[in-house]
Amino acid sequence: MNLTRRHLLFLLPSAAVAWKYVLAGTPESAPNYSMANHWWGMLIDLPKCIGCGNCVRACQMENDVPEGYFRTWVERYHVSEWDMENPKVDSPDGGKKGFPPPREEGGKNFFVPKLCNHCSDSPCTQVCPVGATFDSPDGVVLVDKTYCLGCRYCVQACPYGCRFINPKTNTAEKCTLCYHRITKGLTTACCESCPTGARQLADLKNPRDPIHEFLKTHSVHVLKPHMATGAKVFYNELDGSVR
Amino acid sequence: MFFKDAGHLFRLAAVFLIGLLLFLVLRNTLVPKSFGQYGHFRGSALADLAARPVNFAGHQTCEGCHSDVLEKKKDGRHARVNCEACHGPLAKHADDPASVAPEKLDAAVLCVRCHEANAAKPKTFPQVVSADHSNGLACDTCHQPHSPAITAGGAK
Repeated sequence: MNLTRRHLLFLLPSAAVAWKYVLAGTPESAPNYSMANHWWGMLIDLPKCIGCGNCVRACQMENDVPEGYFRTWVERYHVSEWDMENPKVDSPDGGKKGFPPPREEGGKNFFVPKLCNHCSDSPCTQVCPVGATFDSPDGVVLVDKTYCLGCRYCVQACPYGCRFINPKTNTAEKCTLCYHRITKGLTTACCESCPTGARQLADLKNPRDPIHEFLKTHSVHVLKPHMATGAKVFYNELDGSVR
Repeated sequence: MFFKDAGHLFRLAAVFLIGLLLFLVLRNTLVPKSFGQYGHFRGSALADLAARPVNFAGHQTCEGCHSDVLEKKKDGRHARVNCEACHGPLAKHADDPASVAPEKLDAAVLCVRCHEANAAKPKTFPQVVSADHSNGLACDTCHQPHSPAITAGGAK
């Protein structure tokens, strides 16, 4: 067959359409996740938290967290009118099964979900003697359990108490921000199961993420800013009594 | 001769050289190739962590098949409550819908988890004292969980 220039011109558009179908057929699981394009954090909209414990249960189911240990948990604060400095905090079973009625009348009561703050200057990473815990290039603090010695330095270094030693593996464990989910384009298990949208995964490097607008227009705070950890879990309307 | 009495120095140098070689060989074999790829850690640990299987399929996956439920939820108060918030993790069901059926849910447990009155809950959130709210009737006698407001015609 003699292919002239004119023939080629006719062929090009159909080839383009065909190529589009070829591309569409590429499975989504292809490793098209680029760490350089993400900087993960989380937004916790406290006025929306109802203390149902869905996040705690979801985390335990998603990540096989051992019974009695928590990668995320919900605290209930009771602050009386006259003693702002000494809030009473309880978290029965991490808030996994909800909360009984408050023991004391009056004052103010509210819930505060806690998890690893995925600090950009994380104290836990700095103390690890073997390079088992590290800040990933996309802003998640992770543990390489094949490297962890179980020396517990990081457990003590974390100002937020977000780490524990897994009694089965004897290695440090913590919230991974559901790294296996966010790298697949899903949200974390806790955010997925939060019924009120009080928890939202945030990608600070994505200019289209609603987090940017939210941070500009709300009273947002992080926990223990005086520790200069560069925490990336942002709390909306955080009460001053929260530790 | 210049090196006449320097034999002991050469032996010492040889010991150091062998030590150095041994160190380099051991380091090369014991330290994983990806160590230091992104920082002072094993780079392939990232892939190991990312390889974990998913338990919660994500609401986008659910909505792919159950668009009828999405339609029901659309205008109700539960419109933005994700499927797996109540139904639990169902990635196994999403992978193989024919053989893995989701568990039946118990309204008596599920509804009160969120809606039981508690002073610490936001005041605007709908709450009931379950003991005196329904005279022992199950929540789903009156409320349709996917769109819980009671309409004029009663629960559908």
